[in-house]
Amino acid sequence: MGKAMRRHSAAQLIPLSFTLNGRLQEIEVEPHELLLDVVRDQLGLTGVKRSCDVQVCGACTLLVDGRPVSACTTLAFEVRDRSVLTIEGLAEDGKLHPLQEAFIEHGGFQCGFCTPGMILAAKALLDENPAPSEAELKHFMHGNICRCTGYKKIIESIMAAAKEMRSEA
Amino acid sequence: MLRRFRLEEPETIAEASELLSRFGESAKVYAGGTELLLAMKEGLVQYERLINIKKLQNLREAKADDGMISIGALCTHHELETSPVLRHKLPALHRLEQNVANVRVRQAGTLGGNLCFAEPHADPGTLLTALGATMVAEKASGRREISAEDFFVDAYETSLQGDELLTEIRIAAPEEHFRSAYLKFGYLERPSVGVAVAFKLNGGGLTDVKIAVGCAGPSPRRVREAEALLNGKSKEEAQRSLAQAGQVAGRASQAISDLHGSQDYKEHIVGVLLKRAFQSAAG
Repeated sequence: MGKAMRRHSAAQLIPLSFTLNGRLQEIEVEPHELLLDVVRDQLGLTGVKRSCDVQVCGACTLLVDGRPVSACTTLAFEVRDRSVLTIEGLAEDGKLHPLQEAFIEHGGFQCGFCTPGMILAAKALLDENPAPSEAELKHFMHGNICRCTGYKKIIESIMAAAKEMRSEA
Repeated sequence: MLRRFRLEEPETIAEASELLSRFGESAKVYAGGTELLLAMKEGLVQYERLINIKKLQNLREAKADDGMISIGALCTHHELETSPVLRHKLPALHRLEQNVANVRVRQAGTLGGNLCFAEPHADPGTLLTALGATMVAEKASGRREISAEDFFVDAYETSLQGDELLTEIRIAAPEEHFRSAYLKFGYLERPSVGVAVAFKLNGGGLTDVKIAVGCAGPSPRRVREAEALLNGKSKEEAQRSLAQAGQVAGRASQAISDLHGSQDYKEHIVGVLLKRAFQSAAG
């Protein structure tokens, strides 16, 4: 649902068909609309955050075809025919993803503002590299900033989730 | 929010070039948008039209071909950091691509876009200058090659004409004994100083030395004066000249005092990085 968008009468509308958290969406967007605003305002999923707005902090991280993008600097039409994953889509049938479990168990968040982005970025990392070294983890997660935790617990959470995911595999 | 613009999606280079010709300054090429959209968000630039060139064919491959390495301008940094061709043939460039910005910028940003936006605080231009790369510029009526040295004119300015697209970056496949390294320094989000060296080290003697500095000044520049201090020397003799070469390169970097550091500081860092890059390349 979300807020109704007022559109200029001469607007160029691009049909946007994409999978969002496993479900097909068919909407229309104007070329200038940002993915962040479409997901938050038009589609009502507010887990993704606007923070720095210059794709430096990672709070707006979404996964598009499994890869992390900055929703604040991605034009919405670019996800046409792709699959998008937000934090709301990570748990399946109410069962938390191992990353979510690990962040809870290991104290990987305080205020929680960076957390959706952190978890999605970590998911992309582990999908690509199920057994990262700490150096590899830090390199991949370099673009996700946290002001609260000092990162130690985030690293522990991700490493714990990785171990759990490898044992489940 | 961005201001409203019209999206054009040409399917051929000729079409894209024609659109650029027709709409001039009111249109801009758009690929990954990692620099462009930021500038638009901050209100520094505005366009009536963005020309999405991602539908153009054959611009997204990195391949080795007849003694040349050809990189399509639409290759993303992520594609380049995972490219076996780059990893094996151009390890310094491969390593540079692994360290561009962050994982999200690497996912969307293209090498071509990075070079064309000509942001001073960027990495690839400096190394490509030291590698003697050529940029291929195309438009409806033909194509030309521009050396990397001549490609960067000033901050945010390249020598591409208004209706030209950068389509390819070509680098001669390194021969035996070829060594190169790129080092950068920065503590802000973007690099503050970048230095690239390339040379042939054969039987203890250096030839074909190329040195480029970037990020400190408005655009990457080759420093022939510093190269002359190392060229033709033995590795040990060259090492003794590194301090002087570093000073020359620092002065040539056109460093400006800004939030990244004072002019003196940047010039000093150029010298430090030159020394380290040389050691890294020479082994």
